[in-house]
Amino acid sequence: MLEKWKKYRFLFEELVKRDFKTKYKRTVLGMAWSVLSPLLMLLVMRLVFTHFFGRGMNHYTTYLFCGTLLYSYFTESTNQGMTSLMSNAAIFTKVNVPKYLFLFSKNVQTLINFGLTLCVFFLFCVLDHITFTWKFVLLLYPVVLLMVFNVGLGLILSALFVFFRDIQYLWGVFTQLLMYMSAIFYTIDGYSPMVRNLFLLNPMYLFIRYFRKIVIEATIPSVWFHLLLLADAVFVFTVGCAIYKKYNTRFLYYV
Amino acid sequence: MSILEVQDVSIAYLIGDFKEIGLKEYVLRKIRHDYHVTEFWADRHVSFALERGEMLGIIGANGAGKSTLLKVISGIMEPTEGSVRREGTIAALLELGSGFDGELTVRENTYLRGAMLGYTREFMNDTYESIIDFAELKEFEDRPFKQLSSGMKSRLAFSIASLVRPDILILDEVLSVGDGAFRAKSEEKMKEIIRGGATTILVSHSLNQVRDLCDKVLWLHRGEQIAFGDDVQGICDRYEAFLAGKETISGDKNAPE
Repeated sequence: MLEKWKKYRFLFEELVKRDFKTKYKRTVLGMAWSVLSPLLMLLVMRLVFTHFFGRGMNHYTTYLFCGTLLYSYFTESTNQGMTSLMSNAAIFTKVNVPKYLFLFSKNVQTLINFGLTLCVFFLFCVLDHITFTWKFVLLLYPVVLLMVFNVGLGLILSALFVFFRDIQYLWGVFTQLLMYMSAIFYTIDGYSPMVRNLFLLNPMYLFIRYFRKIVIEATIPSVWFHLLLLADAVFVFTVGCAIYKKYNTRFLYYV
Repeated sequence: MSILEVQDVSIAYLIGDFKEIGLKEYVLRKIRHDYHVTEFWADRHVSFALERGEMLGIIGANGAGKSTLLKVISGIMEPTEGSVRREGTIAALLELGSGFDGELTVRENTYLRGAMLGYTREFMNDTYESIIDFAELKEFEDRPFKQLSSGMKSRLAFSIASLVRPDILILDEVLSVGDGAFRAKSEEKMKEIIRGGATTILVSHSLNQVRDLCDKVLWLHRGEQIAFGDDVQGICDRYEAFLAGKETISGDKNAPE
């Protein structure tokens, strides 16, 4: 593992650089966009939903931001990851390089974007009079797991995308649906306990809920909650690895 | 102990309905039992071995399975049957022009390509100037790659690739790039690498090149191994006779190797 890392580090760095440069080519604001787009989404939601869902709720802005912050990272990471293998077909059909490098490189980029947005998020927390406690350190847990989760989904999606281009559209519809089902702008308190439990099946909701518990309620989620998150991330990642392992030398038949 | 041993390698390509169709078509055809995937054998029962420092020429008409065989040797593909055993590092220079990014500058592309070929950053820092000089692209180094002419692109590709010092070197139609002057220069460079002791596999449509450079020849025809051996001139003569239509392959199959 370490040996591999040494061997491919240079290539990996160059791929990350390339992805950065090609992404922000011909944009005036460059990297600022990656922070601006979640902020704009936040702004729109704040304007639209405050009257419907935000009444009588404290820290509604922070509540919303927790949702859009993680959701943006998730969609950006998976959407970019999906095409990462296909768009590098010219390389992996000619040179023997580990194919997951292309996906990892994209994920480094989205992770940095997420990091920047996270800084803005903390700034907003200050403005929203959130008290910072030591428990904020625990936010590392969902962040790391979301990273693993995104990479895992990226592995699955990028492989499927090689086989079926339809995935792109299906995933677009699915992420839209997921946005409405992850309680980003509403609370699930009004639902019956049965329905509330159904939300636990949605990993995205779990990630967002974790953030809200720590930031807004300053409470640590239960051990079960931790384990559920871990299981989701590990499961998706394992499936992704298995697919890559199985199809490693067969991708090139399909491009 | 041979440095490269290809043993009874057969390679099947998947061809058929699976490409170009979407998810809907796929499901429909699966339901109708109308989904056909067939195997196409690009290579069948190819066997050969190379010793350190030897140079192998692979000859054969288009579609003989040469490039596919090289992909298996370089590890990009797995053989469907048989095995490939390699000792040491391997570098494959297949279709030099592809894999560059048009949006990046010449300098950035040079580093990226170097990384793909397995060079280290220090190595690239040290040799970058000589690569650009050799490719004669000094005044273009900060231009986007897409602005280069195709000749310039292959010159750059060759210059980067010619620095490899692998144990096994695979060259697929790369010996001759660029215009007259550069061509002479690149051939000289290539010979220098070969003299450096690398075991080399050369695919070329220029029989003269094969006759000049190689110690062994492998002749493929539609995936079948027609001949392999160190009788370079003999096999090349037969291949030439075959191309001229004077000889048929069926009579050749039992010929001694």
